[in-house]
Amino acid sequence: MKEMVVISGKGGTGKTSLTASFASLNGKSVIVDCDVDASDLPLVLSPVTERMEYFKSGHEAVIRKDDCVACGTCMDKCRFDAVHEARRYGRPSQFTIDPLSCEGCGVCVHFCPSGAIDFPEQVCGQWMVSETRYGPMVHARLAIGAENSGKLVSTVKTEARQIAEERKLPWIIVDGPPGIACPVIASITGASMALVVVEPTLSGVHDMERVFALTKHFNIPTLVCVNKWELNPRIAGEIERGALSAGASFAGKIGYDSSVTAAQIKGIPVVEYGGPAAQDIRRIWQNIEKRMESIEIPTVMEV
Amino acid sequence: MILAIASGKGGTGKTTVAANLAVCLPEPVHLLDCDVEEPNCHIFLNPEIKSTERFTLPFPTVDENRCNGCGECSNICQYNAIVSLKSKPLVFPELCHGCGGCSEVCPEEAITEAKREIGTISSGTWRHITFVQGLLDVGQSLSPPLIRAVKQHCGTNGITIIDCPPGTSCPVIAAVTKSDYVVLVSESSPFGLHDLDLAVDTMRKLDLNFGVVINRVSSLDHRVADYCRNAQIPILLEIPDDRKAAEAYSQGLLLVESVPGFRELFERLYNRILSESSQNRKPTPENKRDFEDIA
Repeated sequence: MKEMVVISGKGGTGKTSLTASFASLNGKSVIVDCDVDASDLPLVLSPVTERMEYFKSGHEAVIRKDDCVACGTCMDKCRFDAVHEARRYGRPSQFTIDPLSCEGCGVCVHFCPSGAIDFPEQVCGQWMVSETRYGPMVHARLAIGAENSGKLVSTVKTEARQIAEERKLPWIIVDGPPGIACPVIASITGASMALVVVEPTLSGVHDMERVFALTKHFNIPTLVCVNKWELNPRIAGEIERGALSAGASFAGKIGYDSSVTAAQIKGIPVVEYGGPAAQDIRRIWQNIEKRMESIEIPTVMEV
Repeated sequence: MILAIASGKGGTGKTTVAANLAVCLPEPVHLLDCDVEEPNCHIFLNPEIKSTERFTLPFPTVDENRCNGCGECSNICQYNAIVSLKSKPLVFPELCHGCGGCSEVCPEEAITEAKREIGTISSGTWRHITFVQGLLDVGQSLSPPLIRAVKQHCGTNGITIIDCPPGTSCPVIAAVTKSDYVVLVSESSPFGLHDLDLAVDTMRKLDLNFGVVINRVSSLDHRVADYCRNAQIPILLEIPDDRKAAEAYSQGLLLVESVPGFRELFERLYNRILSESSQNRKPTPENKRDFEDIA
């Protein structure tokens, strides 16, 4: 199974537009949206959801008001500033836990002398298996402010691999989140290859270098493409050279083309809308396929 | 006043707004780069870094001679960071959130906390701006503690600007909480609109006062502006889709100093934020407490 994940470090460089086009060009893949915070791929691929599951992960401490004796032990023990105190006549009268700050460590639950803190399992979001014109799609929606985005990403990817095996689809194409931490690490874990999308800006270069360090750390073969290269041809050139010297391959560059936004407004992949950028993306996809053939695909790792 | 610059979608222009606004503000100004996975403010400001400290999180170490193998530590740990086998428990530092539960419950006092480094906090100055940045080490997954540590450097007077990470999950919550006003930066596109809607939900859930800056406004798509008007969200500024601005940005230049007309735009934004943030102020937790005191 060939698993390619599209990442960028910096947000807004064109990951989703590219992923949608790759899905359209390939046509025999499971498509995965791992940007569980801000999932935009469905806006282009119009999935029809067939199955929805709640994502339960971790617990949340909730104080039962009637049993709380306002001793303040929970507040002393909490290291995440999640316990708030209400005062009456200058004395603490009631403690509450802010669900958005609570990390679900359970220390307050354990130490509450009145046993007044419940610890229910938390629904942190939902994930969906859908059908698109280009194959099955697995995507998710993390609840606002929820923890464990990495675990939701791993859940979505495990499901995608299962579907790929069942339906004998040779490719998994993954739209990754921005950044380099928790959800990104979960997105690239076990991937056969990462494509890094960079815009030719100083910020883009800075963020790309950190992404390289990350894919190197996890030992994932890396390709780079430059989006909107005419914005700064000099930096675009530096990115190409930088990629090669960092041991990554260069997959190509995409021009600054208003048809990319136009395709997004129409809700279709750029390669179906047409224009110079569509041609560039086709060439990049050919390079990806070529590069993928040269990679020895390891047996799929369990996350 | 603490002013957070946030967005649902990445790459909409948070750093552009944060850095350019900081330059236009009267002193004292603090600029905190809390996008610790990919901090970029320093590219536009070139601050002189005066101090750098490594940021650490606590994690447990077990004294084998004291441990009786009771397993209480692994029972309380919600993150599988300490796993009790028959003998000494195994510790997985990268899973540890540093809650301190294991050392608290250990009946033999066999667990003490050591420190592991996960990032760097650097601070310095540039012109009249006090600059602080967090930088998460590559390979580390837990950014909220570092974000909270950077926020300890908020100024006591004047305006503190916080450049937030993108999204709507825990790192964003860590960055925006306790701010007095949030500027959501969106862009004029379907993705921009979709992610703005998520960010708006997040701000409402956090009960924060906010307004929107729409970036790359073009004649192609008016839906973000229409959305804001329908939802009665103030549009603080519309930044035109300008190739010159994109090119200046690519070279790490401040728009207010390199593209004609942008200084006026950002000065207007500052005045708009001042007037918006003073209106319909939500009661702060402190105020709420005062109300309850009276009751």
